[in-house]
Amino acid sequence: MDDNDLRLDGNAAAGPLAEIFGREMTMAAAVCGGCGTDAPIGSLMAYDPGLGIILRCSTCDTAILRVSRVRSGYWVDVRGASALRISTAE
Amino acid sequence: MAGTAVPGRLSWLFADVVDVIVETARVRTLVLSVPGWRGHRAGQHVDIRLTAPDGYQVQRSYSIASATNEERVELTVERLEDGEVSPYLTGELRVGDKLELRGPVGGYFAWEVADTNGGPLLLIGGGSGVVPLMAMIRQRSMARSDVPTRLLYSSRAFEDIIYQAELARLVAESPGLEVVHTLTRSRPADWTGYDRRIDDVMLAEVAWAPSDRPLVFVCGPTRLVESVASTLTALGHDPGRVRTERFGPTGG
Repeated sequence: MDDNDLRLDGNAAAGPLAEIFGREMTMAAAVCGGCGTDAPIGSLMAYDPGLGIILRCSTCDTAILRVSRVRSGYWVDVRGASALRISTAE
Repeated sequence: MAGTAVPGRLSWLFADVVDVIVETARVRTLVLSVPGWRGHRAGQHVDIRLTAPDGYQVQRSYSIASATNEERVELTVERLEDGEVSPYLTGELRVGDKLELRGPVGGYFAWEVADTNGGPLLLIGGGSGVVPLMAMIRQRSMARSDVPTRLLYSSRAFEDIIYQAELARLVAESPGLEVVHTLTRSRPADWTGYDRRIDDVMLAEVAWAPSDRPLVFVCGPTRLVESVASTLTALGHDPGRVRTERFGPTGG
């Protein structure tokens, strides 16, 4: 087994992201700050090493979002995202 | 803390275990009644939270197996021997127990009858990766949809096939539904189906032509999901119509 076997996808972050943003987020698009790829959060590659979930661009591997559980809530590192596009249409 | 559901917000709820169904030697379906549940779409999942007496908490995601049906939610769970949560869910939990959960969550790997726009629906699952796909098949049957649907389902052995009897019944009853099994480790003596891991030849035979533009959902262990997704792309299917859900190394 190698690290690739541990890869999940953005669906795995659906619960924490819904808790943080107050809405379903796996259909929201993340624009990668590394290469500009525009993809639904549910389709990103995800890794969960235990302290939180890292969502990576499936094109260039940039860490777009890192969601860590901390004592009083969440720490969300957004350095790797140039934008999130959230549709409010049903 | 669990409480009453606030519309639009994700709250922890307490479910009552109303039945436990033995699916296979390692797989159980938990039938839950969830006061405050607002319904769900096929393919969505729930987060389960267990709390030890000392306050230690552990959380896992499980796909919903059932079609939406008021406050009833079914989860099908495979026992992973080194898991922190699945041995409890499959071995210790009893009818009458409470289980803390929140959901439904997810939307990317979710399907509704209207989503296929008349095109066929291709579902590909490995092991307990069949669970969210079964929710889609049940939703399709409940809605009396006749959208052409194929499930390609890879199991290790005949006795590991989850929902075996129900799938056979649904195929007999439901126009346009086909189920194709492959058994990767052992086969009954009279087995005439596929007997290997899902590969390009199998996908070329079972998947529709790319020009039919099937909507595809693939769920299972990471290696299976990535192999299937890249093979479909190589066969000419639009990657934008292939949705994946990876389970990680073990499945479940």
